Amino acid sequence: MSKLDSKIPEGPIKDKWTNHKNNIKLVNPANKRLIDVIVVGTGLAGGSAAATLAELGYNVKAFCYQDSPRRAHSIAAQGGINAAKNYQGDGDSTYRLFYDTVKGGDYRSREANVYRLAEVSANIIDQCVAQGVPFARDYGGLLDNRSFGGVQVSRTFYAKGQTGQQLLLGCYSAMSRQIGKGKIQMYNRHEMMEIVIVDGKARGIIARNLVTGEIERHSAHAVVIASGGYGNVFFLSTNAMGSNVSAGWKIHKKGAYFANPCFTQIHPTCIPQHGDQQSKLTLMSESLRNDGRIWVPAKKEDAEAIRAGKLKPTDIAEEDRDYYLERRYPSFGNLVPRDVASRAAKERSDAGFGVGTNETGEAVYLDFSSAIMRYGKEDANVHGHPDASEEEIRARGEKVVESKYGNLFQMYEKITADNPYKTPMKIYPAVHYTMGGVWVDYNLMTTIDGCYCIGEANFSDHGANRLGASALMQGLADGYFVLPYTIGDYLAGDIRTGEIPTDTAEFDEAEKSVKERIEFFINNKGKHSVDHFHKRFGKVMWNKVGMARNKEGLKEAIEEIKAIREEFWKEVTVPGSADGINQELEKAGRVADFLELGELFARDALERNESCGGHFREEYQTEEGEAVRDDKNYTYVSAWEYKGEPSEAVLHKEDLKYENIELKTRSYK
Amino acid sequence: MGWTKQFFSSSIGRKFAMALSALFLLIFLLQHLAINMTSTFSEEIFNELSHFMGTNPLVQFLLQPILIFGVVFHFMMGFVLEIKNKNSREVKYAINKGSANSSWMSRNMIWSGLFILFFLGFHFYDFWIPEINYKYVQFKPEDPDRYYEEVAHMFANPIRVVIYILSFVFLSLHLLHGFQSSFQSIGARHDKYTPAIRKLGKIYAIGVPVGFIFIAIYHYLNLL
Amino acid sequence: MSASEGLNLTLKVWRQNGSKEKGKMETYQVSDISPDSSFLEMMDILNEQLIEEGKEPVAFDHDCREGICGMCSMYINGEAHGPGEQITTCQLHMREFKDGDTIHIEPWRAKAFPVIKDLVVDRGAFDRIMAAGGFVSVNTSGNTQDANAIPVDKHDADKAFDAATCIGCGACVATCKNASAMLFVSAKVSQFALLPQGQVEAKERAVNMVNKMDEEGFGNCTNTGACEVECPKGISLENIARMNREYLKGSFG
Repeated sequence: MSKLDSKIPEGPIKDKWTNHKNNIKLVNPANKRLIDVIVVGTGLAGGSAAATLAELGYNVKAFCYQDSPRRAHSIAAQGGINAAKNYQGDGDSTYRLFYDTVKGGDYRSREANVYRLAEVSANIIDQCVAQGVPFARDYGGLLDNRSFGGVQVSRTFYAKGQTGQQLLLGCYSAMSRQIGKGKIQMYNRHEMMEIVIVDGKARGIIARNLVTGEIERHSAHAVVIASGGYGNVFFLSTNAMGSNVSAGWKIHKKGAYFANPCFTQIHPTCIPQHGDQQSKLTLMSESLRNDGRIWVPAKKEDAEAIRAGKLKPTDIAEEDRDYYLERRYPSFGNLVPRDVASRAAKERSDAGFGVGTNETGEAVYLDFSSAIMRYGKEDANVHGHPDASEEEIRARGEKVVESKYGNLFQMYEKITADNPYKTPMKIYPAVHYTMGGVWVDYNLMTTIDGCYCIGEANFSDHGANRLGASALMQGLADGYFVLPYTIGDYLAGDIRTGEIPTDTAEFDEAEKSVKERIEFFINNKGKHSVDHFHKRFGKVMWNKVGMARNKEGLKEAIEEIKAIREEFWKEVTVPGSADGINQELEKAGRVADFLELGELFARDALERNESCGGHFREEYQTEEGEAVRDDKNYTYVSAWEYKGEPSEAVLHKEDLKYENIELKTRSYK
Repeated sequence: MGWTKQFFSSSIGRKFAMALSALFLLIFLLQHLAINMTSTFSEEIFNELSHFMGTNPLVQFLLQPILIFGVVFHFMMGFVLEIKNKNSREVKYAINKGSANSSWMSRNMIWSGLFILFFLGFHFYDFWIPEINYKYVQFKPEDPDRYYEEVAHMFANPIRVVIYILSFVFLSLHLLHGFQSSFQSIGARHDKYTPAIRKLGKIYAIGVPVGFIFIAIYHYLNLL
Repeated sequence: MSASEGLNLTLKVWRQNGSKEKGKMETYQVSDISPDSSFLEMMDILNEQLIEEGKEPVAFDHDCREGICGMCSMYINGEAHGPGEQITTCQLHMREFKDGDTIHIEPWRAKAFPVIKDLVVDRGAFDRIMAAGGFVSVNTSGNTQDANAIPVDKHDADKAFDAATCIGCGACVATCKNASAMLFVSAKVSQFALLPQGQVEAKERAVNMVNKMDEEGFGNCTNTGACEVECPKGISLENIARMNREYLKGSFG
């Protein structure tokens, strides 16, 4: 059998997960105490998995590079988490959530996984409430919901603009409880440097203590990778500065296939780049598109005058504004899915209508003035002032908008020093989430036995595009409700294995390679810092492998990335020593892996001759600029096998079968 | 009884103890002011009240020891906490801008407290020691009319008046933070009532010391 | 930004090589800093400059750079997270400073937060306090009761949320003249005390967390309110009062 066995259980889709759970092997409680599991990463997926595995009785060793598990980047998710609870009685169901997710993913995800995700989504909300997560409630004391882009029901649970934070702190609480009991051994400020494979099975990792610089050996019966996405391959993204692909890349190099690397989500509402000194981009919640209208000047000369600082957006008359999303997509308007909104913004900016007054010139307006006037009028009427002056209406409207988005407006003002109540916000798309990742089967196991991958780090359930509020759902579903069951099926074979020794040749070998690489960086007295290379590389990725790609550009990118990589290995400099905190050394290791991934990323994009979801190939579009999918030839997951250089990677295809949902062209017109 | 020891050696337990002794002293201070204030309008009432306080066995042998214990406890605990708190930051900041986030009063309770301690020593020397000496060392016969004279006489000296005024200024600074702080410490905080407690605290912290200052100045001027 | 608008600054930065060594303030110059840059981007520029000069860059904690992970932790010109209220260091922008300014940058200072290197401190004490009781003892199962089974008063739910927004950055400890951690601990105690799900273990939780806090060597609270002002999330002192009540209940109840 090919290594790409997705192990989807038999039977009708709604029974698959239940049947599977009834049929897989279990480990009895006494034996669980004899089994160790390593979890790398403590975000929503890793944190929930570590806590649940420890509750079940396994001995868990959890690793994170931050100083506490509570700081994983899941914490930055703003909007909410989807669940098919149908509390609003608006006709939601497991099937609808399943359908919306598959459609939103542009028909490039595995049906059975997505259905399971929708199925356990309701349990997540119950679990989190029981843990004391303070979701928003209405005056009756029941949970409140909001609606999100790309769907027609209200199924998003939220805690103001800090849902990710509250869910992560819930996981962290659950972990803390197990840490207190000694069931989780927590390794903060530790970075996984290598996986150790013994007799074809994942049996441990080599980790670097980031405080002392010590290289440590840790063994276990299974290894779970939950290290998040690789958006930082672009240098600038909304990811945390430390977010990296290294854990996933290490296992890839040891036999785990890497799937769909080119499926990246570019989020439409981010604060535009201000200049070359910038280190990261900041996301503004998608919820802003509920009330904000997106536009650029309809006349090029107006756009030029704005960029030159000669005109202000408020000087542009209504008829000289181009509300291009409303123009192109009358039925969804400003609420089209993220990929569509992002591309449209890029199209206008590229055509010369961008309004960025910064060094980059790229930006479009997100304007709340209509919403302010509309809410103000409504508020005035409700309070019995139907003939209120325009000024008063505006003041009332600003109050209403403040109550809905106050914290976001404040955040925007802090960063840009512009007041978004008075002048439109400037936004531009930015890299935000990666749908691609390590290939896993239905049990979330990679192509390495005993090595699992969960959360954003795997190629996931989102296909070619992820809907808003679904990342949190997937991370927690994997960690709380899927992996803890499926891993038992594998570990049942290990109850007599006993502790895995670390004084073996395999550990020696892995440790040696790690130490050699570190020594190389410390001793290579090159000319440039790590960031110097990362920035240059990121620009290539953004310009040629970013929101829109074409064959020529991708081919150029592959060559350029290769050249930067070669130069990096010759010319990189890492000051200081390896024994102690050395943040440059940490970065060097991560960027080295990004430089390999970047090339595979471009190759994957070049190979996929269609446009779907976050992957937009300029050659494959309609005359109106809409994506053209090729279902006949590309309804598959591309899973890459490492063979030395990225250019030698071998492509394996997992064909996607749609038995419950009909493949259709996605239309938001 | 392990839990009481545990409670009073914990940070919050000590906070409670500090606050409870403070609240007790607040009540005492009010009582003290009320009696003294009578000296500014009626020698007779003042003498009558003072005689009662000075001879009533309940006051003398129960309340007075409690008061002394309360005062000593409040000071001792204040010192203990100050030392412990100082120790929880071994290396000091090169630059620290306390004024950016807190009041001078709240940051300098130890100094206003120390000034008040100094004053108390002086005050005991002035009144309490002669009083104890009179009653319990020399066993002089009680004279119910002696109090007013003793008090008024003290304020003939302008230096003493100035020291008293200065001390009451420090008392005011101490109370401006201490009054509401003691409520916060015992957990008495409420969206509706806390603003009122704060307002009351300000009135008390300014009103009571001003009252004492008035008494001192009144007697000084009265004797000119 | 054109070069003429760039800021030239003198930085006085705490350098310390390891927790056991003595540290001292070092002086550096940076020039042409865009006022639109964040404070940490300015630190990146300083580090790039140091690397080019063959010196070791300044180690500092940072990660999300959008004010939510709680990793960044600098004492800037005598204030936790620098000038401005309700922001973290990463949300501080250079437009708050003037050309020619001298900026003092120190690590959080508290006995319970030992310096690891330069501006990086060990906040493990917070994790240990959490492990002593900062949770609801509920295992993951698919059978927890329905999320809407117990309605929660909206007012309480909102207050629980406000307390739960704590990012665990340690600014409260850093800014407190007593290096007290009461705002941090009270935020967690309050979150759970306000929700029915947290009631079952409320007494034990308050006692265990407070005792652990004392053990870690944090100072006591003297209600100066500095923590509330410097807290990036504006966590209210009200939570400390609530924790005091909870601790009393836990001790005597």
